[in-house]
Amino acid sequence: MLRLQNIRKAYVEPDGSQLPILEIPEFHVAAGEQMVLVGRSGSGKTTLLQIIAGISRPDSGLVQIAGLDITQLSEAGRDRFRAERIGYVFQTFNLLPAFSALENVLLGMTFTRTGRDATRSEDLLKRVGLGHRLTHRPTALSVGEQQRVAVARALANSPKVLLADEPTANVDTANQQQIIDLLRETCAEEKIALVMVTHTQEVTSQFDRVDRLAEINQVRPSVTGTAPTEAGGSLS
Amino acid sequence: MSLWKIAWRSIQQRKLSSLLTGLSIALGVALVVIVLVIHGVVSASFSEAAQGYHLILGAKGGKLQLTLNTVFHLSQPIENVPYSFFKEFTEYQDKSGNLVRGKYASAVEAAIPYCLGDSYKDFRVVGTTPDLFEKLSYGAYPDGTPKHYQFAQGSNFDMRDFNAAVIGAVAARQAGLKLGDHFPITHGIADENAKVHDEDLFHVVGILAPTGTPNDRAVFVNMEGFYLIGDHAKPLSKQEDSIDGVLRTHLEQLQSVHHHLQRAVRDKDVPATAAAEIQEADRLIDEILRETKPQPTSSLDAAKKTAGEETEHDAVEHSSSDQQPPRVAAGKQTPLPENQREVTAVLLLLKNDVFSQVLYNKINEGNVAQAVFPSREVANLFEGIVGHVRMILLVLAVLVVVVAGVGVMVSIYNSMNDRRREIGIMRALGAARSTVMTIVLMESVLLALLGGMAGVILGHVTIGLFAPFVTATTGVMIHFWQPAPAIHFAGTYISPEVILIPALLVLATIVGFLPALIAYRTDVARALSDAP
Repeated sequence: MLRLQNIRKAYVEPDGSQLPILEIPEFHVAAGEQMVLVGRSGSGKTTLLQIIAGISRPDSGLVQIAGLDITQLSEAGRDRFRAERIGYVFQTFNLLPAFSALENVLLGMTFTRTGRDATRSEDLLKRVGLGHRLTHRPTALSVGEQQRVAVARALANSPKVLLADEPTANVDTANQQQIIDLLRETCAEEKIALVMVTHTQEVTSQFDRVDRLAEINQVRPSVTGTAPTEAGGSLS
Repeated sequence: MSLWKIAWRSIQQRKLSSLLTGLSIALGVALVVIVLVIHGVVSASFSEAAQGYHLILGAKGGKLQLTLNTVFHLSQPIENVPYSFFKEFTEYQDKSGNLVRGKYASAVEAAIPYCLGDSYKDFRVVGTTPDLFEKLSYGAYPDGTPKHYQFAQGSNFDMRDFNAAVIGAVAARQAGLKLGDHFPITHGIADENAKVHDEDLFHVVGILAPTGTPNDRAVFVNMEGFYLIGDHAKPLSKQEDSIDGVLRTHLEQLQSVHHHLQRAVRDKDVPATAAAEIQEADRLIDEILRETKPQPTSSLDAAKKTAGEETEHDAVEHSSSDQQPPRVAAGKQTPLPENQREVTAVLLLLKNDVFSQVLYNKINEGNVAQAVFPSREVANLFEGIVGHVRMILLVLAVLVVVVAGVGVMVSIYNSMNDRRREIGIMRALGAARSTVMTIVLMESVLLALLGGMAGVILGHVTIGLFAPFVTATTGVMIHFWQPAPAIHFAGTYISPEVILIPALLVLATIVGFLPALIAYRTDVARALSDAP
């Protein structure tokens, strides 16, 4: 389902020199496989997910999803591909505060060619246990509920690949397990390839496959700290 | 979820900022609407006022002044022209009773005399003939049908009723004149020290329905009654002034007695039989007048003294003496002799449009009078003076809208920093750069559209509130929902208000472009890495 080959990504520093971030010779995830990628802060986890999602382009290499090399697509093509084939769960949920829970899920469908499906959105929210919170805005939801809305939104378009960027980092222990269970169950039901990145070992035991980013990424971060992202922020 | 809804939610999220931005647009648009509607309606109304006839004739002088004081009842009247000049455009009977056709009468459908110079309260008095309301129209309906004068109350006056008056709708309302009311007129215009003709009362026989023209603010009286008011008779020459001294003395004594008797009858100090005696006195005066050509001591006296000279004006026996003004209560009225008459202006309706230029040239080549095309003068007035004022007002109003538009840009632009993360999230969910750009543009358009619509409503509400004031000051009727009159645009006639909203949308697109460009250029990775 997902195949990365010879991926290189470097940050261009203000003085023009290049700071390598990622160098991954080979990385595979099969359809329906659920894997967790463990890496410490600054190891390039988010950058890797953004490359898989087509948000960032690698400097070189191949990113093949369902047989399509998305690095060859235009930006608009990658946007459309991302809207229709990729689900993305963020560490900070990233719900839009002006929209209700249901509207946030519908937003995930807005940018596809098939358009919105209110029934599916409602079903998804019921599935994550928020059938009674459809019209509530994020500020009226608990942290755990917000992340569940984010999961429902990521699943809205029946993606082939679901990328979860430390989805439990900002929730309490009780909610952590709920979120993990939710991700695993829904991905298993819909045969979605799940790639979750985390910096802790706590939840890894529940996954079929656990990779360590430090093992697949040949770039060794500097001793002094985190490497910058291409946009200038810190890697997580 | 539609992109419009996303844009709308973004507006909702910044309620106060959006409200203030929308309000500034609304105020600007309201200002434009007010300027367009009021100026447009007043312009159209004034243009209509100058329609319904071809030419205005008057004493030589300023063409605009003649138009202003004839059509708009503004400015001071120029000098008068001889009555004989007016007759050149009419058919009349000579002293032998034969029908005589004036020099230009064959080309004329109607010649309406205007005698100006007096006022009642703040309203100009026009001495004229009933033909004004019967033969002339004011403006036309969109289908070209001419608008004819209608009477809200009463009817047109009769030439035989010298003291009859027809009042314009606004003048009647503001002066509080009703059917049957008697009122004096004042010599001069808007002058507190002007002489009031207390003895020369006119009575209201008709009140015009609103026309939306300056005639709503005028008082129309029978020209014959107007002439008989003191000081309105043109002084005669020395030759005309010759008179038998003895007869004159006797006549003056007789007239004095007659005057006292009239007053006594009016004050009911004498029995009703005295009226018969007064009639006898009238008869005696008339007999003397037939034998002489005395110089009148007043206009009324002049009428009495020279009645025998005139053949084309028949004196009238009033049917009910107690309903007549005191001056004519007891007897006949005799028109002012023609050699003592003048007219201030003549409105000419011609039988054919082609005559207008010929007559225009002919009259202006002469020394007696000038001719003006009222519609041309009104157009010149509006294009030359009022048009510039409107343009300045419009430019100012449009500038207000543009500034409000810049306000939209600043409002959205300032919000862009806070919204980078939202844009990043939408992009991460698959929104293309062009999509987020479109959303921001839609936001600008929504603000402008809603602000603009609120402005149109606000403008019309304001017009509705000020309509009575506009009507009172200009005589022009403006209604709450009256759109700005149509203008020629892109090969068709269209109300500028219809153009306003699309123009606003174009403006919104322009001012929304900069923040939209920022949205377009938002780096997703960087936006997502920003702290929430």
